[in-house]
Amino acid sequence: MSIVAKFQIECFSCIDADGHAVAELPEFALDRDVLIELYRWMVLTRAFDERAITLQRTGRLGTYASSLGQEAVGVGLAHAMLAEDVLLPSFREHGAQLVRGVTAGEILQFWGGDERGSDFSGPRSDFPVSIPVASQAAHAVGAALAFKLSKAQRVAVAVLGDGATSKGDFYESLNIAGAWNLPVVFVVANNQWAISVPRADQTAAATLAQKAVAAGITGLQVDGNDVVVVRKAVSDALEQARNGSRPCLIEALTYRLSDHTTVDDASRYRDDEEVSAHWQAEPIARLRKHLIAVHGWTKEEESDLVELCAAEVDESADAYLAESPQPPETIFDYTYASLPQSLVKQRGELLALLKDADNGTEHEQ
Amino acid sequence: MAQLTYREAVAAAMAQEMRRDPNVVFLGEDIAAAGGVFKTSVGLLEEFGADRVRDTPISEQAILGATMGAAMTGLRPIAEIMFSDFFAVCWDIVANEMAKTRYMTDGQVTLPLVIRSGNGGGSRFGAQHSQAVENWAMAVPGLKVVAPALPGDVKGLLAAAIRDPDPVLFFEQKSLYATKGEVPDGEYVIELGKANVLRSGTDVTIVALALMVPRALKAAEQLEAEHGISATVVDLRSLVPLDTQTILAEVAKTGRMVTVEENPRLCGWGAEVSSIVAEELFWDLDGPIVRVTTPHIPLAAADSMEDAMLPNADRIVQAVRQLVD
Repeated sequence: MSIVAKFQIECFSCIDADGHAVAELPEFALDRDVLIELYRWMVLTRAFDERAITLQRTGRLGTYASSLGQEAVGVGLAHAMLAEDVLLPSFREHGAQLVRGVTAGEILQFWGGDERGSDFSGPRSDFPVSIPVASQAAHAVGAALAFKLSKAQRVAVAVLGDGATSKGDFYESLNIAGAWNLPVVFVVANNQWAISVPRADQTAAATLAQKAVAAGITGLQVDGNDVVVVRKAVSDALEQARNGSRPCLIEALTYRLSDHTTVDDASRYRDDEEVSAHWQAEPIARLRKHLIAVHGWTKEEESDLVELCAAEVDESADAYLAESPQPPETIFDYTYASLPQSLVKQRGELLALLKDADNGTEHEQ
Repeated sequence: MAQLTYREAVAAAMAQEMRRDPNVVFLGEDIAAAGGVFKTSVGLLEEFGADRVRDTPISEQAILGATMGAAMTGLRPIAEIMFSDFFAVCWDIVANEMAKTRYMTDGQVTLPLVIRSGNGGGSRFGAQHSQAVENWAMAVPGLKVVAPALPGDVKGLLAAAIRDPDPVLFFEQKSLYATKGEVPDGEYVIELGKANVLRSGTDVTIVALALMVPRALKAAEQLEAEHGISATVVDLRSLVPLDTQTILAEVAKTGRMVTVEENPRLCGWGAEVSSIVAEELFWDLDGPIVRVTTPHIPLAAADSMEDAMLPNADRIVQAVRQLVD
């Protein structure tokens, strides 16, 4: 017998649940302003989630997936990216999208069923939210191939959930990324639950990061509730990818404190005690503790920041609610680059029907 | 004008477009050094290099997912799915993603990509490598669906598909790869969505696609020579966009229509064409619309069984005679 390959998976953390530094902090994390910026994005993300759920519960937004508890993953990874990099988010990366410059109003539009929300005014090259699970991993491979062929110093960053790592397209994408050595970083936000299936039932693998090993790419774990280590790990992975070395898979360990979506009731399948325990490790409180202990963060600063975030969300929500819905015929206009002959007739017929229906309503009134 | 095989026309079209546009790249299984399992990309690796002509792992989902991502990031990729049956393992990317993304980004994102695929029966490949799946594709809004019959059309339509801003599924009929035909030299592009009237008659209009086109032409000759029946043959060439104008005009002239389809009968493309003709031309018809199709069965690997299932000239002749006599 001879050992022909060996691997190990390292797990990194910088700030623990009590706000204490448990490793030498990266330079950016010694800068009070940078930490406050990261903190502000997380608080804003949570305020946004709360408002979105309120809008959904009052019938003014569609089904919504909250990112409660995993704000550090999205904020940390997006903060590490350069503007020219490309984000390929799953449906729980509101924080990442906000940091990237997608507006809160656009995110609300998306979840309100208005496709104008995916026509980002900010990061034009970022991909729309991938509702299908794991397919964005393959899209990222294609985007990275385009970067590599054009010799652009850009990196594609795909964000996936733990459930996505069980899918075939995830494995295929990791494999091609490795075989072609593409500038791509896969971030798995392991929030422990794929709807009702817990991480333990998802795979017998000890870590999700080790799935990188089979593909010959770098794999590592980080504490996904620690925005500092997420930002650092993603930043390092981006640099490695940008310099043409290896693609990377980062498993960020976090926890879904919310239901899967607003149409889910997690109390049917998981215990309150488990959720309560994870509240002790959530990302916002720990960074606040760190800011207070190390950087003299004051109560006034805290309340000012919370107020500002609330106002920002209010403004976005008001703008979203004031928006008129798109006319139905825009579906025809945007399905193909130009309307095929066979659809011209269908479009006309639909418009005539809608006009008749409108007239009918008026008569009844 | 050169005499090229159908498969040579595939390579000629890709080479033409790759010379013209450096953003055109080609990826698939065994397409580079091997020149494609159907030898449809011979010479491309040598001319354009391994960056632009890329062999992939056996990963249809990742091939198409990457094709989509690349198309959204400035490239104009051509992907090959070796056998169209394999669309079944990556249909999510095609039907749920490629087809929807333009609409779901409010028109922001265009997907200038082509998926080429060896389609259809007649080559003894058995039930899992012989299906004609063009009717799967035409059922999904947001895709374009092209299926040429003649080498010249292969070149012109594939070039147009590569230049098209929308995702195009380009079905190459495997049993036609060895057939020869005239292919124009130099840059050649045919507008997508235009049917071709290959033969004009007065008694019946036969509407066909891909492998069924040469069989329809043969049937039309037999009908003329042996039965004095004069048939028009329309090669649809494209299912989406569908050239309803040409179909309706040609059926109106003869008052009768027979569709000839390789796809299994239920919900085959001929059902859609029939419904359009019935709605638009009912009062001009001199007889019922007739569909000649493969039955709703899987295709066999055995030659005698496969031949018994696919529509052929004799079966078309029989159907037309019953309709016209």
